[in-house]
Amino acid sequence: MSEPRTLSQKIWDRHVVTAGLGGDPDLLYIDLHLIHEVTSPQAFDGLRMNGRRVRRPDLTVATEDHNTPTINQNQPIEDETSAKQIETLRVNAEQFGIVNYPMGHENNGIVHVMGPEQGLTQPGMTIVCGDSHTATHGAFGAIAFGIGTSEVEHVLATQTLPQTKPGTMAITVQGELEPGVTPKDVILHVIGVIGTGGGIGKIIEYRGDVFENMSMEGRMTVCNMSIEGGAKAGLIAPDETTFAYMKGRPHVPSGADWDAAVADWRTLVTDEGATFDEEVVIAAADIKPQVSWGTNPAQVMPIDGLIPGPDDFDDPNLANTAARALDYMGFEAGMPIKEVRVDTVFIGSCTNSRIEDLRAAAAVVSGRTVADGVRTLVVPGSGKVRAQAEAEGLDQIFRDAGFDWREPGCSMCLAMNPDKLQPGERCASTSNRNFEGRQGRGGRTHLVSPQVAAATAIAGHFAAPSDLD
Amino acid sequence: MKAVRIVSGTAVPLDRTDVDTDQIIPSDWLKRVERTGFEKGLFSEWRDDREFVLNQEQYSGANILIGGLNFGTGSSREHAVWAIQQYGFDAVISPRFADIFRNNCTKNGLVPVTVSAEFNAQLMAAVQADPTLELTIDVERLTVEAPAIGLETTFPLDPAVQERFLEGLDDIGLTLRHESDIDEFEAARKPWMPAQA
Repeated sequence: MSEPRTLSQKIWDRHVVTAGLGGDPDLLYIDLHLIHEVTSPQAFDGLRMNGRRVRRPDLTVATEDHNTPTINQNQPIEDETSAKQIETLRVNAEQFGIVNYPMGHENNGIVHVMGPEQGLTQPGMTIVCGDSHTATHGAFGAIAFGIGTSEVEHVLATQTLPQTKPGTMAITVQGELEPGVTPKDVILHVIGVIGTGGGIGKIIEYRGDVFENMSMEGRMTVCNMSIEGGAKAGLIAPDETTFAYMKGRPHVPSGADWDAAVADWRTLVTDEGATFDEEVVIAAADIKPQVSWGTNPAQVMPIDGLIPGPDDFDDPNLANTAARALDYMGFEAGMPIKEVRVDTVFIGSCTNSRIEDLRAAAAVVSGRTVADGVRTLVVPGSGKVRAQAEAEGLDQIFRDAGFDWREPGCSMCLAMNPDKLQPGERCASTSNRNFEGRQGRGGRTHLVSPQVAAATAIAGHFAAPSDLD
Repeated sequence: MKAVRIVSGTAVPLDRTDVDTDQIIPSDWLKRVERTGFEKGLFSEWRDDREFVLNQEQYSGANILIGGLNFGTGSSREHAVWAIQQYGFDAVISPRFADIFRNNCTKNGLVPVTVSAEFNAQLMAAVQADPTLELTIDVERLTVEAPAIGLETTFPLDPAVQERFLEGLDDIGLTLRHESDIDEFEAARKPWMPAQA
């Protein structure tokens, strides 16, 4: 018998082309390389300068998402720099023989929504993208991580990456979630526990009842934010839920290949007796609906709570960071977060823009009206999600309530396109980062679930769906 | 990438934790398709504040940036490293770097110097007290020192990464030496794995 191994170790071992000796990195094979317009242009320039080709254009897929507008996608992009960046991706894809789903194409969407939707994301794979939220694909039991532009160029040229083997971390959430607690609340709570640097240098495996009982959309939300806890990647062992989600999608094997693939995927579990470098155990019952109050994603609190102050932190680093964050957010310690009014509500991003997220938000707003003066955007994660939502009539529910129903893209998650906050504006957002200025210079971001975002839009201040009754 | 053996000069003390890459280079700057011209974007929102440390006269000309815990968290944007370098920094010191940022540093010849929280605090205080304090980072010996006040410590760097710094090697060129290993690996991949026609 070989040594018991964790899931991530098994996947890693399968992809080692040459093993690094004496502390040198392994050369790791990459099964899928997803690219987009923002972090790839300089990589293609590098290839051209050195006369290099793309080794496996067939394992490379492009989409336009970060810098695309969410209205009038059938018209030319107004911003010249943005238009040039999109055009550059199209030219590069064409020149190097890479499939690209351009803005407006039915398969276009946020890269981490599009990949799983197209069946490109499968258990046991290594997946990279020049985007830190690539860990999303770990929901299928894949090692998926974000890389910089030099590494994008490296993968284009070689389909491999030299990588030092990361450590392993288990985050186990046991028991049953309280009603109204969503996957977003679970991951925000987890980040609050481990901190923004807790996962640095490690791959997190999410384990236990809560993740086993979660839908694929929920698992993607959880894995998506692994980077917010500093982790290299995050993953969940594939199971019947995974296979049911995948079956019949384009690029997913069928017939005898499907049976062979599933038989292989079933071996992708952490062996009995395998040990992790670090283990964190959380009781599901301790998790409440969350709202972030500060400027990093570990600064979270239960929606029923009071905004903390520097004195609530023993660690002087955390206390100083809290003081800066309160100042930026325009808060006094001790105020109930539910009394805080918002200017904008954003439902979207690679964290929470899938059909299940939109259904959950629509269920809250159905038959209700957005509070006066609140700007609301719903940005579906992909063309497919948008079409599905429209087929189910969700767009009408949102529109009737006063929401703005948009075309797909990253949108106000990172505010590269015209969807931005104004200085001082406060936003309840289903995205993943509440950094200073993330949604627009001077903007104030609060991370929440789609359900809380929807309820907040109706109430005009932070609210849980149960507060609307 | 150009070879880096010794970085010496003065430092800027950026005494904040969780300096994320959105602060280092805001997303508006990411629309550009070039690899140069990012120096103006470095910490551009914080630089609006005249008191911000980069705006203080006594730190002008510094080529080493000292940050706090969890430096470079968040977005994978390599533009953050380009901005820091193009502004004039050759090394960043922190008790803990985010993984992607640290990787991006090593691909561009920006030296990521990881030191203990205690050493970092001492160094930060020393540079705040004396902005002319000279530091030396030696990539061969893996040391960082401030000789004038007798501070010295070592920092970790993977042997392969260290070699690339010292020799200024092209990462892709190194990997392409293994092309036959990659061919062999590919021949054994499962045929049903996803690929574009």
